[in-house]
Amino acid sequence: MNETGVPLVEVIGLTKRYGDTLAVDGVDLTVLPGEVYGFLGPNGAGKTTTLRILTGLIAPTTGRIKVLGGRPGSPDVLGKTGSMIESPAFYPYLSGLDNLRLLAEYAEVPRQRVDEVLELVDLKERARDRFSAYSLGMKQRLGVAAALLKDPELVILDEPTNGLDPAGMRDMRRLIRELGSDGRTVLLSSHLLGEVQQICDRVGIIDSGRMVAEHNVEDLRGEQELLVRAEPQQTAHAVLTKLLGANAVHRYDETLRVQVDPGRAAEVNRVLVEAGVAVSELHSTERALEDLFFELTTSKERADVG
Amino acid sequence: MLGSYRAEILKLRKRSAVWVLFGAGLVLSLIFGYLLPYLGYVTGDDNQQTAGVPRDAVLAGMLPARVIDNTIGGYPIFAGALALVLGAIVIGGEYSWGTLKTIFTQRPGRAAILGAQFLGLATMIAVWVLGIFVTCALCSIGIAAAEDGATNWPGALDLVKGLAGGWLVLMTWCLAGAALAVAFRNVALPIGLGVVWILGIETLLAGVVNSLLPALKFLSDALPGANAGSLVFAVSGMAAGDAPPGIRDAVDGGRALATLLAYCLIFAAVAAWTTRRRDVT
Repeated sequence: MNETGVPLVEVIGLTKRYGDTLAVDGVDLTVLPGEVYGFLGPNGAGKTTTLRILTGLIAPTTGRIKVLGGRPGSPDVLGKTGSMIESPAFYPYLSGLDNLRLLAEYAEVPRQRVDEVLELVDLKERARDRFSAYSLGMKQRLGVAAALLKDPELVILDEPTNGLDPAGMRDMRRLIRELGSDGRTVLLSSHLLGEVQQICDRVGIIDSGRMVAEHNVEDLRGEQELLVRAEPQQTAHAVLTKLLGANAVHRYDETLRVQVDPGRAAEVNRVLVEAGVAVSELHSTERALEDLFFELTTSKERADVG
Repeated sequence: MLGSYRAEILKLRKRSAVWVLFGAGLVLSLIFGYLLPYLGYVTGDDNQQTAGVPRDAVLAGMLPARVIDNTIGGYPIFAGALALVLGAIVIGGEYSWGTLKTIFTQRPGRAAILGAQFLGLATMIAVWVLGIFVTCALCSIGIAAAEDGATNWPGALDLVKGLAGGWLVLMTWCLAGAALAVAFRNVALPIGLGVVWILGIETLLAGVVNSLLPALKFLSDALPGANAGSLVFAVSGMAAGDAPPGIRDAVDGGRALATLLAYCLIFAAVAAWTTRRRDVT
């Protein structure tokens, strides 16, 4: 494993253009050794395109990219990288075991490693069944097994829980957490905010091809805010905006979320009451990743409209 | 590279379509090389199969001395079409199943993997040629024993030339199928276009050029089918009169050999260049 702290993945100014469409627009991304990095964004945001570039499947239009200190897609880098991009793709007429055996041949990995990874993803009993007979969850697990075949330093997983039932999702998340705790570096893309919050150490948020934020998940969890339910809400919004600034006050359905030290709750309450606002609920709450995500994407939408 | 080659052999060995195509080629060779002629031989002089051909000549065509003719006689057209299908399904399947991204993210580079795929196909074509040869040889031995015919075999050099020539003909069509599959990134279109070309268009073109545009004969003589037929004609002992469809002496054997080798190189180079440069989406 890389113990030096030098980023395993370093992307600066990455763009990918398909004709008139800019799929990835100036993305900067850094993945540090030993971390589980969540690459979060809605469908079509550019996550898979970025991961395909990192695995050498597609060429970038511009940008400087280093993976494990080398060029993406070079044999040296591929030998130390395991990946599952989009849905797992295997030969349908071969068994899971034969699919892994032939990948082991390509990757020049000892055959015994095939048994180890089948054990790891709990697929040993069905290993001799044809891939075409596998359920979606089993296919997904075989994809992860293939990604781990080379005992890689860096594991890149693109939406690994896609299509899984709740139990399958739980098992997959547990497996990814175990990979992270083994000291392996994991770059994981997802559009599921809760998933990223549960599994990842750090998160990068991409929207419409642009990286809009990069944070430690712990920091995000630590940020607290006040939840305010008050009538009339419009007056409450105006009063709090005047007090704390427009960026600190956000509407969510019938509540306002106010980014302010919860120690100022009494002051917030007093100002609202003095303005003739009836406060029915006021308490501190942890700011979830979901909130940040929608904040970032909706503020961008507002900026785009403006 | 050796690991990638072993992986390709595993894929080919376990794929039933590969053996179905081989079986079809084998059955065609046996039907046209032995079954129909033998039925014609045993039912006498006055039937349609042997009209104008003496019974002795029909028997001679099935004996061990003519085993190369019967092994590779169908290669320029019918077995060639099957080899094209083989190349198209093996390479095109990687696109339709999306497995290209799986194998391209293993250790070897794209060129090494494609090279291993071509080597795997070359091995499988060799298995086809040898399999058809052995079966034809067994049939010819059986017929010679049953009809008290001669058991003279072609010389070793003639056998090697015949089998190698047949292998090159099938390999050319197989690589054509592979190159088309890379170009179109699927299976169906390369098979459709390739088979229509082999079975119809090229023969039609040659006919039109010969009858209406003799000045363009140099072009029709440069086509792969014409050279495949000429190579088989050169390495077998067929007479122009009794050669199966697609086999003729359009060009001499040396030129046919060089042309087919050039086609193999071109098809492989086009596939490699495209595969290395193109995004895998």
